Amino acid sequence: MNLSIRYENKADVVVLYVAGEIDAYTAPKLREELIPLAEKGNNVKVDLSDVQYIDSTGLGVFIGALKATDANNSRLTLVGMSQRVQRLFTITGLDEVMAIEEEEGSK
Amino acid sequence: MKETVQNLEETYKHILKMFLHQKSEHGLYEAQQFSKVLLEHQVSPEELISVHREVLEELFPTIAEEVLDSLDLLLEVMMGYGMAYREHQSLRDRQLELESEIEVAANMQQTLLPKEIPSIGSLDIGVISVPAAKMSGDYYHYIKDDNQSVGVAIADIIGKGVPAALCMSMIKYAMDSLPEQRLQPAALLENLNRVVEQNIDDNMFITMMYGSYDSRTHEFHYSGAGHEPGFFYFAKHDQFEELFAKGIALGVSRDAKFREYSRKIETGDLIVFLSDGVTESRIGDRFIDREEIIGLIRNYMHLSAQEVVESVYYELAKLQDFQLKDDFTLMIIRREV
Repeated sequence: MNLSIRYENKADVVVLYVAGEIDAYTAPKLREELIPLAEKGNNVKVDLSDVQYIDSTGLGVFIGALKATDANNSRLTLVGMSQRVQRLFTITGLDEVMAIEEEEGSK
Repeated sequence: MKETVQNLEETYKHILKMFLHQKSEHGLYEAQQFSKVLLEHQVSPEELISVHREVLEELFPTIAEEVLDSLDLLLEVMMGYGMAYREHQSLRDRQLELESEIEVAANMQQTLLPKEIPSIGSLDIGVISVPAAKMSGDYYHYIKDDNQSVGVAIADIIGKGVPAALCMSMIKYAMDSLPEQRLQPAALLENLNRVVEQNIDDNMFITMMYGSYDSRTHEFHYSGAGHEPGFFYFAKHDQFEELFAKGIALGVSRDAKFREYSRKIETGDLIVFLSDGVTESRIGDRFIDREEIIGLIRNYMHLSAQEVVESVYYELAKLQDFQLKDDFTLMIIRREV
């Protein structure tokens, strides 16, 4: 299964549109895009509307990104999670440490 | 070695002669068999062509010079194949070496898991843990203390294979070095979390559910660190309920605090711990849902705890053609009296 990632530079935020499945095979690709943005001190928003499945390796990428934002004073927000993906963040307790928005721009 | 090469030359000469003479199927079959012998003796394709050339020269002294020359050319062309073959051979040797190393590591990993299930008079405990590949990222653990309490842990290390397995040994040793907090789930997870957070890569984490069963009061105290929910089965109402303990996975934030939950367990009740390899079983494009797992447990619930976990595993593995996508661990604790 493939993963496609598309950028959009908005006024004060970089939005990453991710589509596909984030698993052990595709996670490195997401990590390569996401971590440098977080390390550059960007305000990053990841839109997961087109992500059907995330496995634990995929979650690991978001944890890595969260740690990078903490260290670099940047900000990570996740939007548009499907119910299945949302459940994974709830079970692992990551919903308590990550900024998660229901819908793109709903905040 | 030189002798065997000479023998091989003789054999080839014989096969070629017979074939040219009789042109029979049998000759072709012999040639096929002979190629296996050549591979065994690591004879390269260009070496055989050179033998072929010699034999032709010997058998047909008047053979056209062009035929022999053309074989010289063919020999040059085949050299590349010979090199590729030798490379393939050495890669195969290395692969066998790696495989046997992983085999040793997998055996070592088995020693990290409890050798036997603790026997507590009132409890019937069953467990099964099957890795998707050779090494597992799932871990489980029992601790029995002097006060007739038993601690049970199930953990899932992110990813699978060798990295997960290495990480698992850290969990095992960290747990072994925490004797005092043993039976207080929240404190145990807080301690473990500090160890894990300091020693783990930024992209990694571990989920864990830990519970302590007090066999005097039959209370089950438990805490969770981001782990896949299990189930309770309450015999009185013949109902399954989700066993979930909210808490963040180990290794994410240093000062994480964990909540402690507790339930009273009656005779005939079940406590089910599992890893996400159980609930994330994929059948074709579809994920199995939790209701189906409850259904499977229900089907076998009249058996002993060990038989239940083994039967449920068998059913789920069968649905996936015995090709697990993720490590699979299922543990059932039943109060018998």
